Order: sequence, then C-alpha cells, then structure tokens
Amino acid sequence: MSERSAVRRRLGVGPAVAATVLGLFVLIAVLGPLLLPYDSVATRVGDRLLPPFSTASDGSFALFGTDQNGRDVLRQVIAGSRVSLLVGITVVVVGGLVGLVLGLVAGYYGGWLDAVISRIGDMQLAFPSILLAILLAGALGPSLTNVIVALAVTRWVIFARVVRGSALTTRGREFVESAKVMGASDLRILVHYILPSCVQPLMVASTVQVGLTMVAEAALSFLGLGVPLDQASWGSTIANGRDYLASAWWIAAVPGIALTLVVICIGLLGDRAGDGSAPAKEVAAR
Amino acid sequence: MIGYLVRRLAQAVLLLFGAVTIVFLVLRVIPGDPAALILGSQATAQELAAKRDEMGLSDPLLAQYARHLGEIVRLDFGDSWRLGGDAFAAVLDRLPATITLAGFALLFTLALGFPLGVYAARHKGKLADRAVSYFSLTGQALPAFWVGIMLVLIFSRTLNILPATADGSALALVLPAFTLALPFLGWLARLVRNGTLEELGRDYVRTARSKGLSERVVFNIHVLRNTLTPVITVLGLILGNFIADAVIIEQVFAWPGIGSLMIESIQNRDYAVAEAAIILIAVFYIGLNLVVDLLYFALDPRVTLETV
Repeated sequence: MSERSAVRRRLGVGPAVAATVLGLFVLIAVLGPLLLPYDSVATRVGDRLLPPFSTASDGSFALFGTDQNGRDVLRQVIAGSRVSLLVGITVVVVGGLVGLVLGLVAGYYGGWLDAVISRIGDMQLAFPSILLAILLAGALGPSLTNVIVALAVTRWVIFARVVRGSALTTRGREFVESAKVMGASDLRILVHYILPSCVQPLMVASTVQVGLTMVAEAALSFLGLGVPLDQASWGSTIANGRDYLASAWWIAAVPGIALTLVVICIGLLGDRAGDGSAPAKEVAAR
Repeated sequence: MIGYLVRRLAQAVLLLFGAVTIVFLVLRVIPGDPAALILGSQATAQELAAKRDEMGLSDPLLAQYARHLGEIVRLDFGDSWRLGGDAFAAVLDRLPATITLAGFALLFTLALGFPLGVYAARHKGKLADRAVSYFSLTGQALPAFWVGIMLVLIFSRTLNILPATADGSALALVLPAFTLALPFLGWLARLVRNGTLEELGRDYVRTARSKGLSERVVFNIHVLRNTLTPVITVLGLILGNFIADAVIIEQVFAWPGIGSLMIESIQNRDYAVAEAAIILIAVFYIGLNLVVDLLYFALDPRVTLETV
C-alpha cells in the first residue's frame, strides 16, 4: 500500500465518497445543460452581480449568484462542467491511444524504432508540458477541438513511457518467448501477450491524467487560449470573476471549488488504483 | 568522470535542439502566413508575395529551418512587431522579475517545507504528521491559478494587508511566490519526511545511539545531513518548474516577468517574442536538470558512475 493511500485511509476519506462525487459530476455534465440551459449572450442588467441565494428579476433562484451581465453562475458552472469532462476524457482517450501504440512498438521492437520514439518524447519533455500546450493552443487559435489537440499532443509521451516500460519487461518473459517459438506473429504477441500487462499501469496513468488535463484546460481557458468565449469553461469563468473580486467573489470562487473537488476525487480514485509514491515522477509529469 | 560530463552535456544540447525544432514547427509553421498577419487583410496579392520574399517565406521549409537555427544560435529571434525592437532584448528585460519570483518561491518552499517534513517525521503517525500529509496532498491538487485569485480575494480585497499586483514593494512578492510554492512545498515536506524516516531506520543511527549520543545529536548531526542530499538535488527540478508555472501565475498577479510577456505575445500573435521567451525557459529547464544530475553526483560520495 502506498504512503498516500495509507494517509487517506487514516483520514477516512473513502474512495466511495470520491466515486459518488465523480458520478454526480458526470451526471451534471451530461444532463445539467438540458435542465438548466446556459445562454452566453443573454444580458439582464437588472440582475447584475446578485449574491448567492438571491432571486433574479424573472423569479428564478440564483443559488450561486449572477455575474456582471446578470447571467446565472450555477448555469455557467454546469455548462463549464461539460467542457471540462469532454476535454478531460477525449484528451486522455486520444493521447492514451497514441501513447499505447507508440509505447507498445517502442517497448516490444526496441532498436531504432524505440530510439526514435523515445528521443522525440525526451525532446518534448525538454520543456514543461503546459508551456507546449500554451504555444500550440495559441498558434491554433481558440476552439474546443484545438484545446483537445494541444493537450493530447502534450500527453501522449506520458502514456507512451508507461506502456513502453511494461512492454519492455513483459517482452523478456517466458510465455512471450514460448509464443515466439510456437510461431505466433508479432501482432498476435503484441495484442494477446504484451497488451494485457500494459492495461493496469495505463489505467492508473489515465486516471491521474484526466485530472491534470482538466486543470490544464481550465488554465488555458483562464489565459484566453482555451475554448472560445461563447462556450462557458470553468477557466474562463474564473478569469471573468477575477475582475469582480471586490464586488462579486462568487464568480471566481464557485467554478474553482468545483474544479478542485473533482480533481481531488479523481486523485483519490487514482491512488486507489495504483502506487502514487514516486514524487520525482510526479514533478516530471506535470 | 569527464566522459560522463561530456555525454551529459551533449545530451542537453541535443534536447535543446529538439526543443528549438518543436517551437519552430509550432510557431512558424502552424499559424499560417506571417506576411498576411503583418500586412493585415487589406494587402494585395503582390504586396503579400513581396513581403513573403522579403521574409524568406517563399523558400523551402527546410531552408527556412536551417536559416532559423543559425539565427537562434546568434540569439537573433527577430523584432517584436508589438513592442518594436529586438525580441530577445525584450525578454531579457523581463527576466529579473521572473528570477526574483522563482527565487522567493524557492525560499518559501525550503523555509516551510523542510521544517514541516522534519516535524512530521518526528511525530510519525500522530495528528501533526497526518495534517502535514493532508496539506501536502491538497496543495498539489489545487489549481494554482485559482489559489492565487483566492489569496488575492482574502489578503488583498478582504483583509487588505497584501498588494494584489506588482506595485514595486517587496510585499507584492508574497502572494505570487506563495502561490507558486504551494504545490511544491507540500511535496518537499513529504519527501523530507519519508527521507528522514528512512535514514532513521539505518544501521548508523543505531550505532550512533548505542554509543550513547543524545537523540538530538543523532538527529541534527547524522540524520539531517543525509536527508539534505536528495533535497538539494530536487531543488533544481523545483526551480525549473517554478519558472514554467510562473507563466500562468504571473498572469494572475500581473507580475512583469517573462511568463506574462510570453502570454501577452501569444495573445497578440507576436511570435518572435513568444519564441524567445519559451526557448529561454527551455534553456533554464534543461540546464537545471543537468545541474541536478551533476549535483547528485558531487554531493553524495556513495553515488558512483556505475550507479548513475
């Protein structure tokens, strides 16, 4: 058992709670915008900067208050959760698949293929992944697809390294050797013998990366390089709220709390799935 | 030893070359036509073609790349169309602010993280230990840019005791440096705690105790000394991450460093400055990693070339 999960167990924060919170988050992200639609261009001057728990002019209840254009913050956060979830999952699936294929090839075949793939990965990690994402998102221009592309490009290396490591150790195992002797093709060996050993570490890495990707998306949108302004994102709502800190703290506070809660819960589940006690790798993977 | 140094140095240069290539691909190839960007939408086809010839954009990509590499070696990133003047000079101008910020963040990390870790180790399993672990985990999970905004909300807007943006006073450093330090502070505390506990279980500690040394001497003279090596070596990694994370945190506090310059440049499609900034950051990042490797080697006599 890892140090971190030991700590958490003693603290009594069960993975069950985390799973429940995440389940709710997914439910809200999928169904929320249908029940409480968000209109990014609607402006109601009379309802500007209403504090939480107030009633708007049309009689609706503003649980988390309103922003400078009279838009409901709760609706904005619900709309943002959809972007957050979509980007988190898509980036990890796309980056994970690319990383899986390249990692398998590099780990199993070795040789020059491995050298090329690994060196490209090293070069990419020569500067911090968030900077590469900022550059890419800036060059591509703000759009949901471009955010996903920018983040997936920065993430594949992490997955490729994890998979390569597992493939490398499995390649030398006896059952792989005997499969070779039996005349199995490389593809068959890769899929039936090497791949299964990579699934568990890949899953652990994916869980952690979903959280990190969501934070990265929020950061990009906060900088104005993420999703376009007509789509609500937690990052852009926080950026907007920064200008109204003195008069309306809730605009920046609420989406940040939502993001923190989701990321901590993902971390809790990720810890449960694997060993999180390699701090040097954590810093390198940021 | 010399062989290792040379190999490690060559590796760093190769990484830097890779970083330059990636930045070239992202900033000079993806954004489309820089000539159209400079001349605007009113330009005629002839004007555009002339500008492209002038900028060398009609040449094959490989030729452009080769020329660009030569320019970078001479630190010639071109002129900033937004600020006027040399792009690299503009970045250098902002460098001291970032170094100051990262330096103070490192100070925070050490001054708080190290004692916290030692304290947690000495009270292993007790409430204090758990509190430090919890603080460490939360600090790493929080989105740093949001933490910065919440700190501004609490300490600037509500309590009114610290400035929210760079106003020239030393106090203005506190919030951005703490925001930058927070994730690594807890991380360092955990590293120190685990390192200390590991050292405490070693044979030399038992020997020191059995020859009658006081617990204080055993701890302060023998154990802490050995805990320091890993701490000193990770400081380089932490500093590298500070310079990278500063890109976002500087934006939160309107801190006039290379990070906020880089974001402003990207937002305004001033790619010469953006490129100069990111390559400078990459140089720091790669350089610090190199220093860490070499320090590790120099500080711990138990590490030999075979174990590296």
